[in-house]
Amino acid sequence: MQYLRNVVTLKLNGDLCTGCRLCAIVCPHAVFEIVNKKARIANIDNCMECGACALNCQFGAITVNSGVGCAAGILNGILNNTEPSCGCNATGENKTSCC
Amino acid sequence: MPSPIDYQNLQPLAISFPSVSAKWIGRDFVDAVKVRWGIGRNSSKVTPGVYKIGNPDSQSDVFVSANYKLSFDILRKNLKSFNAWILVIDTKGVNVWCAAGKGNFGTETLVRSIDKTFLKSIVSHRRLIVPQLGAVGVAAHKIKEQTGFKVIFGPVQAADIAEFVKAGYKATPEMRKINFPFYERAKLIPVDLVYWKYRLLAALFVVFVFSGLDRSGFLFTKMLHTSLFPALNIFTGYLAGMVITPLLLPVIPARAFSLKGALWGLIFIVFLNLFFIAPNIERIALALMGIAVASFAALNFTGATTYTSLSGVKLEMKWSIPFQIGFAAVGLLLFIISKLI
Ligand code: SF4
Ligand code: SF4
Repeated sequence: MQYLRNVVTLKLNGDLCTGCRLCAIVCPHAVFEIVNKKARIANIDNCMECGACALNCQFGAITVNSGVGCAAGILNGILNNTEPSCGCNATGENKTSCC
Repeated sequence: MPSPIDYQNLQPLAISFPSVSAKWIGRDFVDAVKVRWGIGRNSSKVTPGVYKIGNPDSQSDVFVSANYKLSFDILRKNLKSFNAWILVIDTKGVNVWCAAGKGNFGTETLVRSIDKTFLKSIVSHRRLIVPQLGAVGVAAHKIKEQTGFKVIFGPVQAADIAEFVKAGYKATPEMRKINFPFYERAKLIPVDLVYWKYRLLAALFVVFVFSGLDRSGFLFTKMLHTSLFPALNIFTGYLAGMVITPLLLPVIPARAFSLKGALWGLIFIVFLNLFFIAPNIERIALALMGIAVASFAALNFTGATTYTSLSGVKLEMKWSIPFQIGFAAVGLLLFIISKLI
C-alpha cells in the first residue's frame, strides 16, 4: 500500500554516504537500495517519514522532516498550538490507535 | 594502608533477576484483549529492568523491549527455547513504535537503562538486539559511543526472531518490512471506535434534536417519530469510515483516506436509503452529513496505519477538511430546511 505521491521530504546527499547500509536496514518500507557501495532512494513514495534512517545515518547524509502521519495528532497540534501529538500521554494511555 | 573503596565499580556478589516464561497464561490473553479495547490501561505496564528467559549466562543475547505489556508478552512468547536476557526500558507503558516516535524509546532512555541495570556486569559481550522499529528513536552509533554496546536491529516482527538469530543476526528483506495486513487493521479498529464515541453521540444528538423541528416550532413526538433515519445516516457514515474503510483499505484505489471514507459512506448510505421513505431533500441532506462523518472518520485512521507520512497527511487534511466541514454544514442546513417546508 502506498500513500500520496510526491509529497515526502526525504533527501539523500550521496556525497556524504559511505555505504554503511544502516539506512537500508532500519527502513521498514524498503525505500533505500545500496548500489555500488552507495545508498540510493529507490521507492520514495513508500517513505512514511519516520526518521529512522536519518537518525541512524551517522554521516548525516539523510534528512527528512519526520513525524507521525496521524490526522488526529495534527489536529491536536493545531488546536493546542503545539507540535503534532497523537495523545499518548505520560500515563501510557493510548488514546487513539496511532500509538 | 588499604586502598579506598571504589564505590563506582563495586559489584554485588549475586543478583537475582525475575525470570519469565515464554508461555502465555489466561491472564495474558485477557490483557491482550483489554488493551485493544482500551480497558484498564494500568495493567498494561511492565516494571522496567532486566528479566531472564530460560537460563542465560554472561554470553547470552540481550533483547530490548518497551515496557508496554503487550510488546513484552509478544517478545517473551517468541523467545521460547532461548536462554536470554530481556532489558525492559521505561517507555511509560507505550509500545515501541509510538514510544520511539515520541522519544520515550530513544537513545537517552536506552543509555540510562544500561547504566541503571548494570548491564555491563551482567553480560560480558557488548551487543544489544533492539527491535527494528526502535530505530526511529535509537541512534545505534550514539549507543556505541556512550555505552560501548553495539546495537543490532532485529526484525520488525518478534515472530521472526528465532530465524533472525539462527541466520547470524541477519534479517531477510521481508523481515525488515512493516506490512499492514487485514488482521492488523482489524485489531486497530476497536481503539478508535471507543475513542470517538462521545463525538459520535454528540453528532447523533444534533440530528436527533433537529428532527423535531417544525414550522410550528419544536414537536417532541415528531422528534421521536422521525429521528431514526437521520440517526442511522450518521451511524452508517461512522461505521463506513471507522470500520469498513480500514478493513477494506485496498479495495478503493484512491490513495487519500478521506476519499476512501467518503466513497464507502456514499455506498452504504445509498443502500440505507433503500429501506426508508423520506423526502428527497432530507435524503440528500442526511447523505451529505453521513459522508462528511465517514470521510473524517477514515481520515482519522491515518494515525493507525503504518505507511502514511506527516507531509502527506498534512496535505490531505488541507483540502479534505474544508470539504468535510462544507458537506456537514450544507447537509445540516438542508436538513433544517426540509423540516420547515
Ligand atoms: S546510513 Fe548514511 S552512510 Fe550509511 S548507507 Fe545510508 S546514507 Fe549511506
Ligand atoms: S523516513 Fe522511515 S520510511 Fe522514510 S526512508 Fe527513512 S526509514 Fe524509510
